Amino acid sequence: MTKEQVFPATLEALPQVQAFFEESLEAVDCPMKLMIGISVVIEEIFVNIAHYAYPDSEGTAAVSFSYENDSRTATFAFRDSGIPFNPLAHEDPDVTLSAEERDIGGLGIFITKKTMDTVNYVYENGENCLTMTKVL
Amino acid sequence: MTIDLLKNDAAATLKLAGRLDTMTAPELEATVNGLDDAVTDLVIDMTGIEYISSAGLRVLLGAQKKMSKVGSLKLTGVNDAVMEVFEITGFSDILTIEG
Repeated sequence: MTKEQVFPATLEALPQVQAFFEESLEAVDCPMKLMIGISVVIEEIFVNIAHYAYPDSEGTAAVSFSYENDSRTATFAFRDSGIPFNPLAHEDPDVTLSAEERDIGGLGIFITKKTMDTVNYVYENGENCLTMTKVL
Repeated sequence: MTIDLLKNDAAATLKLAGRLDTMTAPELEATVNGLDDAVTDLVIDMTGIEYISSAGLRVLLGAQKKMSKVGSLKLTGVNDAVMEVFEITGFSDILTIEG
């Protein structure tokens, strides 16, 4: 099973992007708690694209969901033709620091890496391509 | 997300319900920043929160920093999915969370 859809790369499209993945996950009987964790990841990735991919223009993001029954592996992909940006190149935040010392950056990508089984980024054919997998 | 403010002199409770995400976190931030200076003990009741993203974490961290200067912040009613996000990010160690 594979589904793909193109959305405007704007914050206003976030609920539709999340609905796209939530409906896809429901269709393959994803456990509720896992679905919430994955929704958080979807938000983090899409909000990054909406905020940073197209600083001076309007653009789109193509999202896709595929599912492989035998291995119960879900694959989530995001493609945009905005400025090249590798979210995985950021250093992980130090999650052992106190509240006073904690910075607020990088948490979304950190949550993404911890929640998903694999996260891959490539820039190809003028597009940022982020692909993540999770065994449900 | 809905926010109900219950205030009793220095003690205040913010009762939240819904999703604490990119779209709604600014509302909570504005509510926390708008609290009377007399409030020294803040409780954020998370019972109705089913979902939190990093935008929500950011606001909670800001609330923690603000309240630790004048008193305390306590979170109650955190569900499993939200707690998992707190644990992944180390927020379970920097926030005071009660059942």
